[in-house]
Amino acid sequence: MEEKNNKKESILEKLGNSSVWKSIFRSGVPRTRRQRMYAVLGNVFLHLHPARLPRHAVKVGYTWCMGGLSFFLFVVLTITGILLMFYYRPTVEYAFTDIIDLGEQVPLGIMREIHRWGAHAMVLTTWLHMLRVFMTGSYKPPREFNWAVGVILMTLTLLLSFTGYLLPWDQLAIWAVTVGTNMARATPFLGSEGPGASLLAIGDINLVHAASDVRFALLGGRFVGEATLLRFYVLHCIAVPFIAMIFMAVHFWRIRKDGGISGPL
Amino acid sequence: MIETIKHTIDYISAPTISFTLITVLFPLFFPPTDFFDKLNRKLRIYKIWTNAGGLILFTLISIFFYMGYTDPNFKIILMKGDNFPIVLMIYTMFFFTWYAMKKSYINDARIEEGKKPTEWHDPEDKVLVWPDLVYIELIALILFMVFLIVWAILVPAPLEEPANPAATPNPSKAPWYFLGLQEMLVYFDPWLAGVLFPTLIIVGMCAIPYMDINKKGDGYYSFKERRVGYFIFMYGWLVLWIYLIVIGTFFRGPNWNFFGPFEYWDPHKLEVLNNVNLSEYFWVIGLGQPLPQNILVRESVGFLVTGLYVFVLPVVLAKTILKNMYKAYGPTRYTFLMILGLSMLSLPIKMYLRWIFNLKYIIGIPEWFFNI
Repeated sequence: MEEKNNKKESILEKLGNSSVWKSIFRSGVPRTRRQRMYAVLGNVFLHLHPARLPRHAVKVGYTWCMGGLSFFLFVVLTITGILLMFYYRPTVEYAFTDIIDLGEQVPLGIMREIHRWGAHAMVLTTWLHMLRVFMTGSYKPPREFNWAVGVILMTLTLLLSFTGYLLPWDQLAIWAVTVGTNMARATPFLGSEGPGASLLAIGDINLVHAASDVRFALLGGRFVGEATLLRFYVLHCIAVPFIAMIFMAVHFWRIRKDGGISGPL
Repeated sequence: MIETIKHTIDYISAPTISFTLITVLFPLFFPPTDFFDKLNRKLRIYKIWTNAGGLILFTLISIFFYMGYTDPNFKIILMKGDNFPIVLMIYTMFFFTWYAMKKSYINDARIEEGKKPTEWHDPEDKVLVWPDLVYIELIALILFMVFLIVWAILVPAPLEEPANPAATPNPSKAPWYFLGLQEMLVYFDPWLAGVLFPTLIIVGMCAIPYMDINKKGDGYYSFKERRVGYFIFMYGWLVLWIYLIVIGTFFRGPNWNFFGPFEYWDPHKLEVLNNVNLSEYFWVIGLGQPLPQNILVRESVGFLVTGLYVFVLPVVLAKTILKNMYKAYGPTRYTFLMILGLSMLSLPIKMYLRWIFNLKYIIGIPEWFFNI
């Protein structure tokens, strides 16, 4: 009798009931309601989600999937970014030629394309996510704070994209970054051409000048150059993603703590 | 025939005309009050939020881009690799705005009939994340990855000549998502357009949930229940952000001069710059005197106007037309709302002052880099 039952078991089930599988996923192939809930609860990645959701929450027409896609793009960009880092050297001497090599020498060289278009797409998906959250009124209490965290994450996405813009070290890159960072010169009090900067002086020695203002700190020099490339590289690959990950953790955790996905009462 | 259409589009896309058109028409599309709502119904504008309306919208945008693709001048700009995301942005922003409005109107009608919104389901009737959500996520992820890979294969990432600090391209543009800010530089100095306003945008966005005290419309698409908030947000988002990005990308050529989409980017195009400061208007043109030597006296009118706008106007509003709002909001919340709202409004105000009076600065103290 028992042998017959074993024969009916599919390969998937056999695998699912094996001791190795069970040691990793703790439950077998989820068949019953209970097992399916346990599959979510017992998995570190899936337990971002609750085990059960209201029916409207799984409808693409309601969520547009944009928040999830933004996170997915962050993962895609991290992976392609790591691959790009194997080949790319952030120096004025090598940066541009390394980028050319990425397309011409590296097999299946579309990593840079996926990285760049993914970055643009991520800006769009975060914007659309924000639009959806606004249009469904999902920022209203008790989710006010999480909306603010989302705004910060969107700003960080723009900063990630902007710092990455410099790395190819072509004309497009340095001039876009020059235009962008020139603004810092006009920061009130802290920029050399900002209102109030001349007030920060000892006698007639200005404390804030072109070689000491926020723009200088951002660029590591008076112009977009070698030091800027290194600074933006570190910001792009380590500093901003690190900050973004902290805010993402808060963002996701707060969705659950604020009562899960929004919905009509 | 085509040429005439192109010339007309070139003509109306000038910021002076297109911005005015959009601003005047905007309350008809997103009516914030009963008056505009009546007009909206009379002119049947709400029909745009139906399938037929969406199809017309989609066709119009596609015709515009098709014309652009076949036009030698527009094609150069359209085919730049980094401009493709903006084409994508225009399509997606229109689509999702339309889609959300369509859903909102359906829900509004249901609520009027006393029914629950379409999103409502029996709270006891829940679905399991495994497999009901997980497989949707998997499909979304695969489809999106396919889209991204196809995009990556078809369009090479842009790479221009190696960086050369000695050769400034004309025009030099920031990445596309910052072009709204760069466009603001036409009207404001960098300390405002590049530093203060971006900060206020971030702070203001974070403040939205604290400023919007309307409890209705939480968790479902709706327009009618929160039309004022909706109107303000959509104006800021679609006009002061998205529209300015489109202007900055497609319509700003050499020397940041305006060019219609089908116009040749002539680097020698000359625009007359005869902008005048408010102080010159007052002292030189108004009183027929030379400008006073003392900076504060010279700019006293500007300080007065700015002071009236920032400090007196909110008080007057709180005592007159916004009386009820002030009561509901309380002094702190009201003050914050006014700071953010007046800053947002200052952009269109400055735009029109520039266009109508050629006004350069309201307060112009280049000696201290303090120009408004």
